[in-house]
Amino acid sequence: MKKITQVFIDSYRMARKDLLDFFRDRMQLVFFIIMPIFMMIMTGFIFPTENSLKDIPLGIANQDTGQMSTTMTEVFAEMKTSDGDTIFSVQTYSDAAELKDAIKAQKINGGVFIAADFSRAVEQNQQASVTIIPDQSNPQIAQVLTQLLQQVIAGTSTNVAQAKVDEMIKLTAAANPQLAQVNAEAVIQPIQSAIDDLIPGKPNYFQFVAPGIMAMIVMMSVMTGLAVSVSREREAGTLDGLLIAPVSRLSIILGKAFSQTARGMIQGMVVLLLAILIFGVHVYGNWLIMILLLFLGVFAFMGIGILVSALASAQESAMTIMMTFQFPMMFLSGVFFPIQQMPQAMQYISKVIPLTYEATALRKVIVLGAGLSSVWTEVLILFIVGAAMLAIAVPTFRRVITR
Amino acid sequence: MEYIIEVKNLVKEFKGFRAVDDISFYVKRGEVFGFLGPNGAGKSTTIKMLCTLLRPTSGSGRVAEHDIVEDPALVREHIGLVAEKIILYDRLTALENLMFFGSLYHLPKKEIADRAKKWLQTLEMGKWQDKPVGTFSTGMKQRVNIARALLTQPEVMFLDEPTLGLDPQTSRSIRDFIKDLHAHGVTVILTTHIMPEADELADTIAIIDHGKIIALNTPQNLKLSIQKENATLEDVFLQLTGRDMREETHNNVPSARGGHMFGGRSRIR
Repeated sequence: MKKITQVFIDSYRMARKDLLDFFRDRMQLVFFIIMPIFMMIMTGFIFPTENSLKDIPLGIANQDTGQMSTTMTEVFAEMKTSDGDTIFSVQTYSDAAELKDAIKAQKINGGVFIAADFSRAVEQNQQASVTIIPDQSNPQIAQVLTQLLQQVIAGTSTNVAQAKVDEMIKLTAAANPQLAQVNAEAVIQPIQSAIDDLIPGKPNYFQFVAPGIMAMIVMMSVMTGLAVSVSREREAGTLDGLLIAPVSRLSIILGKAFSQTARGMIQGMVVLLLAILIFGVHVYGNWLIMILLLFLGVFAFMGIGILVSALASAQESAMTIMMTFQFPMMFLSGVFFPIQQMPQAMQYISKVIPLTYEATALRKVIVLGAGLSSVWTEVLILFIVGAAMLAIAVPTFRRVITR
Repeated sequence: MEYIIEVKNLVKEFKGFRAVDDISFYVKRGEVFGFLGPNGAGKSTTIKMLCTLLRPTSGSGRVAEHDIVEDPALVREHIGLVAEKIILYDRLTALENLMFFGSLYHLPKKEIADRAKKWLQTLEMGKWQDKPVGTFSTGMKQRVNIARALLTQPEVMFLDEPTLGLDPQTSRSIRDFIKDLHAHGVTVILTTHIMPEADELADTIAIIDHGKIIALNTPQNLKLSIQKENATLEDVFLQLTGRDMREETHNNVPSARGGHMFGGRSRIR
């Protein structure tokens, strides 16, 4: 018992020294904060969502002179995002060919062509058509734009239909009184869909990506931090100073693990605070569960870090080994892209990556407000992975550190 | 016990290369033991084994009455090491460094602080005690490094080229300091490439080459052993080890590749 207490006291001293050493390095400290900010900004802003699209140049060629087409083009020009920004900045062209030329010249990101017979077709109870010309060089914008335009057109179409059905009902009601009870809306759209959100408001990409980035940064901080820290001491020669002291090997590695855990947790919290303060992310779940999950994440990756630190002779090789591990993890764990979008084979791989469970559990708690009962499988998996890795890593470290 | 270090048939192999080849020697308590040899001869490997930083492939060694393989933790309580690389954290101040390393020896905090300040004063580093070590010159660092090694009042001090790369003033003060240690009964194991330094300080000198001890005697007797008038230790050294420069590289030797690897059969806890 006394021995175990001594191990912990010694590891506390090691950890304290490491943190003191770390916080003295201003440059490192600055990047410690800046790195997560970059990560958030990049991942958050590069993926277009409806909200992030504004003032997209849209070309409209309206050859029709009727009331309806005019109204529709006005709707395009006045569409606003939920933040109140105008979505399209409308430019006028004379025909479809001109629109296509403008897209080729990248003056506009899409075009709407309304033919001269549009209003007449509507009036004469024929099917009228509107042509959307997307900019295929920019598939993501094209997709969002097409979707929005189709919505507007479908909306207008529904209005026309309603007016027409109303008229039809009125005309035939005299002959068939039962028809007078019929609601035009129910004829045009017999089924309506309703959305019942688990959480209020519209989820944004940050909400999706913040838990993942938190998980990832904690992982990187622990794995790379541990390995680099040990190999740096080895290179500098200070590791020999620790090894010739009458302290257990276990307390050396535990000390390193503690200091890296502290760093990982601090960085995870930095990400969370940034997400909340700058990117408007809201934590719906319990903070304690979230912190527990972060902690488990650290625990799960610690063994790998120790193993690499035991095997890598120099900082450079430690970094290279870590990158090899971390890169596939970043992309396959569902931090940036939903796992469901991946090919089946990749989904299987993602199932064996601990980061997947960390990110999933954090996302459940932060975005959906899940409780412990919903994340216990992830908790169990992370704990088992961590314990198994430590069971391999600690004896390896103790053996390898003295040749 | 008369001998504080006993080495019997010590061997260290790195993947087939014998860095230390079956050496045996004894060091008397309180003496300054000079360990000389060309680069790559096996000096540092031997010292690392005695400091419990490397596991011997075979053979045995006892330091301060404890076996280096069986009881490494007990050996560690009695030794101090000044290695080729300075064992200090650059971003910590001199005093913080000493306090940290002292705490690993489980001494009372007050005791460590008193000793640290005393040694820093003795080594004329007192006014720099609260400055980060990274801002120091090599000589200043080495003085703090020596203070670190002495903090725990070791019975055996291993000094691996302590004056390497230092100016004459600092070298002089470190040599005086070694004499001082000697006067206080501390056993010193000193490796150096500076022959006059070994001649001046050492009571006994071992010359090691290709992993074997090829001469072991007092500096006086060594100088008398060769046929030359007013022979210096350098003459002895060159006659024994030859004038060839050592250019072979040993990729398997950790000190040569600066890293480490798996190896060694016995286990050190």
